[in-house]
Amino acid sequence: MQPYTKHNSIAALMNRSNVDTDQIIPKQFLKKVERSGFGAHLFHDWRFNADGGDNPEFELNKAVFKDAKILVVGDNFGCGSSREHAPWAIADYGFNTIISTSYADIFYNNCFKNGILPIIAAQHQLDALMEEITGNEGVSFEIDLEQQTITTPGGNGFSFELDAFRKENLLAGLDDIGLTLKHEDKISQYEEMHKQNFPWLWT
Amino acid sequence: MKRTMYEKIWDAHLVVDEEGKAPLIYVDRHLMHEVTSPQAFEGLRISGLKVRNPHSILATMDHCVPTKDRDLPIADPIAKKQIETMADNCHENGLNLYDMKNPNNGIIHVVVPEHGFVHPGMVVVCGDSHTATHGAFGALAFGIGTSEVEHVMATQTLPQKKSKTLLVKINGKLSKFATAKDIALAITGKIGTAGGTGYVIEYAGEAISDLSMEGRMTLCNMAIEAGARAGLIAPDQKTYDFLNGLEFAPKGDAWEQAMAYWQSLPSDEGAEFDAVVELNGEEIAPQVTWGTSPEQVAAVNSVVPDPNSFDDDGKKLACSSALEYMDLQPNTKITDITIDLVFIGSCTNGRIEDLRAAAEVAKGTQVADGVTAIAVPGSYHVKEQAEQEGLDKILTEAGWEWREPGCSMCLAMNGDELSPGQRSASTSNRNFEGRQGKGGRTHLVSPAMAAAAAAAGHFVDIREL
Repeated sequence: MQPYTKHNSIAALMNRSNVDTDQIIPKQFLKKVERSGFGAHLFHDWRFNADGGDNPEFELNKAVFKDAKILVVGDNFGCGSSREHAPWAIADYGFNTIISTSYADIFYNNCFKNGILPIIAAQHQLDALMEEITGNEGVSFEIDLEQQTITTPGGNGFSFELDAFRKENLLAGLDDIGLTLKHEDKISQYEEMHKQNFPWLWT
Repeated sequence: MKRTMYEKIWDAHLVVDEEGKAPLIYVDRHLMHEVTSPQAFEGLRISGLKVRNPHSILATMDHCVPTKDRDLPIADPIAKKQIETMADNCHENGLNLYDMKNPNNGIIHVVVPEHGFVHPGMVVVCGDSHTATHGAFGALAFGIGTSEVEHVMATQTLPQKKSKTLLVKINGKLSKFATAKDIALAITGKIGTAGGTGYVIEYAGEAISDLSMEGRMTLCNMAIEAGARAGLIAPDQKTYDFLNGLEFAPKGDAWEQAMAYWQSLPSDEGAEFDAVVELNGEEIAPQVTWGTSPEQVAAVNSVVPDPNSFDDDGKKLACSSALEYMDLQPNTKITDITIDLVFIGSCTNGRIEDLRAAAEVAKGTQVADGVTAIAVPGSYHVKEQAEQEGLDKILTEAGWEWREPGCSMCLAMNGDELSPGQRSASTSNRNFEGRQGKGGRTHLVSPAMAAAAAAAGHFVDIREL
């Protein structure tokens, strides 16, 4: 995983709430056995017309949002299924930051495994960001993970909260499995106890 | 200190808990299907790691499998490759797989309880949000992403943040026609799809104790629809009777040892929850969703809401865009909504009790003109049991199609799907846009409500039948 570094990027606005993982990546694209290439299908049913051409009505098809790395969205983003294909598609499309008031639990966890920073904003903070993008489409925000801040030209920046361990892993691009295996002795000790308490689970 | 059931299970599974780090918890059971596992096996191969405890894993094929012409090769080459990859991965790692042709095959969350693979007090994971189903046994069961699937295979643990606890209490008894499905939809309607975010729900109260194990599975299955990580129900005599004698249940002395642990699990009297929601069982009517989110739900004897009836701007907007997608007018009676297709099945309502409920209503009726009705048992064992009871005959005589098991139209990955504009009465769990096929319109209901709609061609208040 690439370390997450400070960046100044275009913020795309998608003012919709309860965007579910079936919209982020529809089920017909879940049959692949690889992790790559899902960006081409991100928001497929909204993004493309029946003939396969771009739907000009869809927010992210606006030319000004083409190189956006920041996605600003409504409440409860990523609800529904556990499919990690959703953050794979988001990252593959080019986003590395999402800003919303809330996320579904599994989706939120999945983001961190894929170098995506899901920022939690208060309602008034999100409203201000949305307003700034609407009034100035193509505007860039600065995201500083180290300092946990967003800065915007319109002065709507703020500091955000994040669990220390999640921040550390994103900044370093660390692999969770490697970190966990450092506790091999504790896992083995636990398993010894587990075998005594629940012997029937080990046969 | 008085502890909730969640806290007891959490404490018993804590492997590492260091300041400033995510606690590491131990995983007892790991369930798998073909869609969310291939990239995890690939990751394991690349890092040269092995599956730490193959005994902890049970795998099936369910999402992409055809529900008819099962003997023919899978037509979709990408689905075929996914199925073959699953078989190769399980074989290579020595895992227990119920493949498409295996008599134990079916939907993972239907198959696992049939074999007694999940017990009270366990931590259970699967790359599937409906893993919450197994909370019916008093197990902490939740969905994970594919990176986490890889993590569990390699380490048998997961870094996890402790959840808050939400007690959902259903007081009194349910009315005769309300089911576990109606409880699940009513709760989601009340607290919203984000209402349970950050929480593990414990369901309690007389109406919950009265539920069968199948009903408890239906209810916990949809905890995720209310945003919760997991749903839990305290184990009781029904739980023990269900497990006793099953293939993976403890036997002899081990059973006694297990029971001692299981009986210690229910939340202590007076244990504190972070939040409490209460509903009256008798007030829960049969439910029908009218929108594109499970929280957009109403009692069958009510009407499609007017967007202006919502105070919240976000909900107002969500309502009007849902009505546009669903092609519904505000104030339409729910019972005036006509349907094109009926689907009974899924990990929510694909068990024997669900088929019995559907058959009871379908008996002696005929599927309405222009309506297609399909019944997809949750597993081969459910199918076999239903056939022994003659439920397949009742349904086929009423004009239903009787299919092979699988996830089928719940998420329409296997070719069973709605055409654009078609409207379904479905016993599945999600009514998201396009979930059952692009442009398809889904109304979630209980099996009895679905069967009544099949015969009438529109929704029916089954209390009036």
